[in-house]
Amino acid sequence: MHMLKIDNLHARVEGKEILKGLSLTVKPGEVHAIMGPNGAGKSTLGNVLAGRDGYEVTQGAVDFAGRDLLALDPEERAAAGVFLAFQYPVEIPGVNNTYFLRAALNAQRKFRGEEELDSMRFLKLVREKLKVMQVSDELLHRAVNEGFSGGEKKRNEIFQMAVLEPKLAILDETDSGLDIDALKQVAGGVNALRSPERSFVIVTHYQRLLDYIEPDFVHVLAGGRIVESGDKELAIKLEEQGYAWLAETHPELRKADLAGAPA
Amino acid sequence: MSNAPSPFVRAAVDAAEALPASGIAWLDAARRENLEAFADAGLPEGRNEAWKYTPLRALSQRAFALADRALALAVAVDPALYALPGVDGARIVFVDGAYRADLSSLDEDGIELAPLSAALIAHPEPLRFALANRYRRGAADAFMHLNAALAADGFVLRVADGTIASRPLHVVHVSSGSQADTAWHVRLVIEVGKGATADIVEHFVSAGDAAQLGTVVSDVVLREGGRLGLVVLQDASAATTLVRRGHIRIDAGAAATLHALELGGALVRHELHADLEGDGARFDSRGVFALAGRQHADTQLEIRHKARDTVSDALWRGIADGRSRGVFRGAIVVAEGADGADATLSNKNLLLSGMAEIDTKPELEIYADEVKAAHGATVGQLDERSLFYLRSRGIPLADARSLLTLAFCRAALESLPNGALREHLGELLVAHLPTEPAE
Repeated sequence: MHMLKIDNLHARVEGKEILKGLSLTVKPGEVHAIMGPNGAGKSTLGNVLAGRDGYEVTQGAVDFAGRDLLALDPEERAAAGVFLAFQYPVEIPGVNNTYFLRAALNAQRKFRGEEELDSMRFLKLVREKLKVMQVSDELLHRAVNEGFSGGEKKRNEIFQMAVLEPKLAILDETDSGLDIDALKQVAGGVNALRSPERSFVIVTHYQRLLDYIEPDFVHVLAGGRIVESGDKELAIKLEEQGYAWLAETHPELRKADLAGAPA
Repeated sequence: MSNAPSPFVRAAVDAAEALPASGIAWLDAARRENLEAFADAGLPEGRNEAWKYTPLRALSQRAFALADRALALAVAVDPALYALPGVDGARIVFVDGAYRADLSSLDEDGIELAPLSAALIAHPEPLRFALANRYRRGAADAFMHLNAALAADGFVLRVADGTIASRPLHVVHVSSGSQADTAWHVRLVIEVGKGATADIVEHFVSAGDAAQLGTVVSDVVLREGGRLGLVVLQDASAATTLVRRGHIRIDAGAAATLHALELGGALVRHELHADLEGDGARFDSRGVFALAGRQHADTQLEIRHKARDTVSDALWRGIADGRSRGVFRGAIVVAEGADGADATLSNKNLLLSGMAEIDTKPELEIYADEVKAAHGATVGQLDERSLFYLRSRGIPLADARSLLTLAFCRAALESLPNGALREHLGELLVAHLPTEPAE
């Protein structure tokens, strides 16, 4: 049984086709890394799966645990168990982080017909997760992401993921802009959440995150499609050789599709 | 006026005839003089700059009789209508402008509080300046004249020098909502003595839905080193027309703070003039209006720095949904010689509907040197990225919208020191916010 099955997905942003027939199947407990040059459609994939406005699906289907994911509103997708860790988490002044997280968790529970958590039980849960994620509880008292450093924002995303306990977590370049310590913390948080029931799609530009989070599969996204799949060795090859070699096996890819080599 | 008087003016003149004489010669003369001034000029028209964004043509065609005093004194009003957490001091209640002794409790340590009608019988002379001399022809606008001609009651509050009134005074204006097309007028006189401290919560509610007009004119004097915390909660019915005009004089070293939450009413005009009269005087104002349907609310703030090292800080937020219209004018004048003045004014607005309108106009006039002044006004919409972020975590669209809207207003309410009241205002605001997305 699959967790996520993306079949021949085509999507447009501002009239421009970005995803051009992307297919991917993720089973429960698997960790898939998606790498690819700039402009390949990596962030578009995360946004389409989370249901952002302005990302128009023109063709294809996405099945999430037996449901038509594309028919759901973003909040329904969240309640169904999809979580997107944003590449650029927004700052929301005036909304307290704890309040926000409790509202989110309880909204999801309500959607699922589960009992809402009172503040005592919620705080207990939050304290447990803080410990696991190594996040300072000072973050809780601030407004959502307001004035957070880049690393704090990314850690806050992982912390939210820990509290919300999704079935499928999509990490959109969560590693970008992180120093090695922050990277290790983020990876540690993800590893703590790995379980046979939870799957991860990790979109990244760099191989180094995969030193800390061992993926089951590595895919190359180029020209709006998955063009190559393999294991961890593929990520190492990409790190060493860039993307240009893919042109030999995939003559349909234009030079521009492969231009954004990893740094 | 060259034309025949409008129905609004004719009704006001009739109402004045129905008002019993006060028995005080100077007061009756002042009422007559104000009525004449009002009748001569009529309601302000479109070419009047101060009323440019609040047209009164429709209002001028309506006739409001004076609310019946006997009915206002007799009508049952449930105190739950105006119960407020954190507001437990003296209370003075007016129903359709009539003082209701049965609903009020005036005794409170440190303050001297009396209904205007009683104060006029006991000691009329100290009120002569405020009620007779202050609003001469040419020095007042139409609604001040109207209020001066027709206000039969109100209150006089004095806080003696050096006194600290620890509990807030609750001033309640109830529109009975049972006397359709009637008007009530209330006059307030407040003096906070040297080094004294007072808190006042002015509260507007309606007990029914009948269309009524209310006017409130208040004069506040804050003596040297005094402190005044003022909260205005306007939650009148959707059929209410409300015109409020306040003057605050702030002497040397004194500080006044205003927090206003404007929720109700059909047509609301709130005009506040603050004069920073003495060195080091300070005025902080915070306010939120949240409008929907066809509501129209107009806030006019005029702050005059007239002495050295005076400070004013104004932070106002507006939300307009449906076909509502919000107007904000914030004018700061720094007079010659008011060196070292520090003035900040921020007015941000959120349009929740394509049919709503906001007109905002910050004005700055500076005639002094060494002045720090900053002002800004914006009109925008809810941030789509923030909305998506909240939704992606499971928060439904309607909740995400009200969460962000409340966050937008938070800065204006969070500085209110009365925690219980602050929370209550936040809850009222949330309850008032639209839950359905507007297209």
